[in-house]
Amino acid sequence: MKKLTAILLGLCLLSGAPVQAAVDLTDFDGDTVLEERYHKLVTELRCLVCQNQTIADSNADLAKDLRREVRDMLVGGKTDEQIKEFMLARYGDFVLYRPPVKTTTVPLWIGPFVLLAIGLVVVAVMVRRRSRQAQPEMRSEDVERARKLLDENQEQQS
Amino acid sequence: MLRYLIPLGIFLVLVIFFAVGLQLDPREVPSPLIDKPAPAFEVAQLHRPEARIGTDQLRGQVWLLNVWASWCVACRSEHPHLVELSRQKLVPIYGLNYKDERADALRWLQQFGDPYTVSAHDLDGRVGLDYGVYGVPETFLIDRDGVIRHKHIGPLNPDIINNTIMPMVRQLQQG
Repeated sequence: MKKLTAILLGLCLLSGAPVQAAVDLTDFDGDTVLEERYHKLVTELRCLVCQNQTIADSNADLAKDLRREVRDMLVGGKTDEQIKEFMLARYGDFVLYRPPVKTTTVPLWIGPFVLLAIGLVVVAVMVRRRSRQAQPEMRSEDVERARKLLDENQEQQS
Repeated sequence: MLRYLIPLGIFLVLVIFFAVGLQLDPREVPSPLIDKPAPAFEVAQLHRPEARIGTDQLRGQVWLLNVWASWCVACRSEHPHLVELSRQKLVPIYGLNYKDERADALRWLQQFGDPYTVSAHDLDGRVGLDYGVYGVPETFLIDRDGVIRHKHIGPLNPDIINNTIMPMVRQLQQG
């Protein structure tokens, strides 16, 4: 049962990943290079209305407008950098799913590694403490007593 | 002792994080347009389609640009406060009617009152796009030189008008 649930869950996660149903207006007259750039751009830009979606995923009106704008700029011969500049000038760093590294975004970039380091230290400390507890030193008379008890037990059984 | 202090410490850190974090509004993204020149536009007026309204005509005064639409529910809650503010004649309010049908917009103003000196009709949302509008209503405060000084996202209320916007307006009008 547990296995089945895990498989179903895995399928759900897998099927969710490559869906790009909301993308429209991908009319580039068969220009696959432009189309590829378009897909790359719209999956890197955040929709500000539904903030956890890219403008490729979102069906919000604003996302549609932004997709149209990206397409028009691509067809108009703008570079990827110019298109990102256009978005940055209007919505700020937040619009990029991959924000540039600068003083205000440094915690964003190094935060996960700091947390990972803290986690590793905690695990290391716990493992070391536990392994020390696992082997308590026994006094020799205790070992002797234990052996005697075991022997008596065996004699009784035989 | 330490085994009680560490969880307590973690708990306190969490409390601080939540106390600060939950008060932040993730919808309020700092606008890169603050202290930048207001993007130029020139579109048809809402009431007189044959006439134009644009940033060039609005130079030389401190003014508010309020982005609104008849389909915007939150606009209804801020509208009475805008009407009230316009009655005081302290600062001209210009409307940017965002992605709206003219007939719907005019009916809306008739029903709820018209606080706007002029409303610009941004049918396809291009002006709104240049202003980085993503959540109607939004309000921009623009100074005499056409520079954006403040942006408020979401509906205005008397507290924000009296304690944030109007002090800035007065300061800009004096300066």
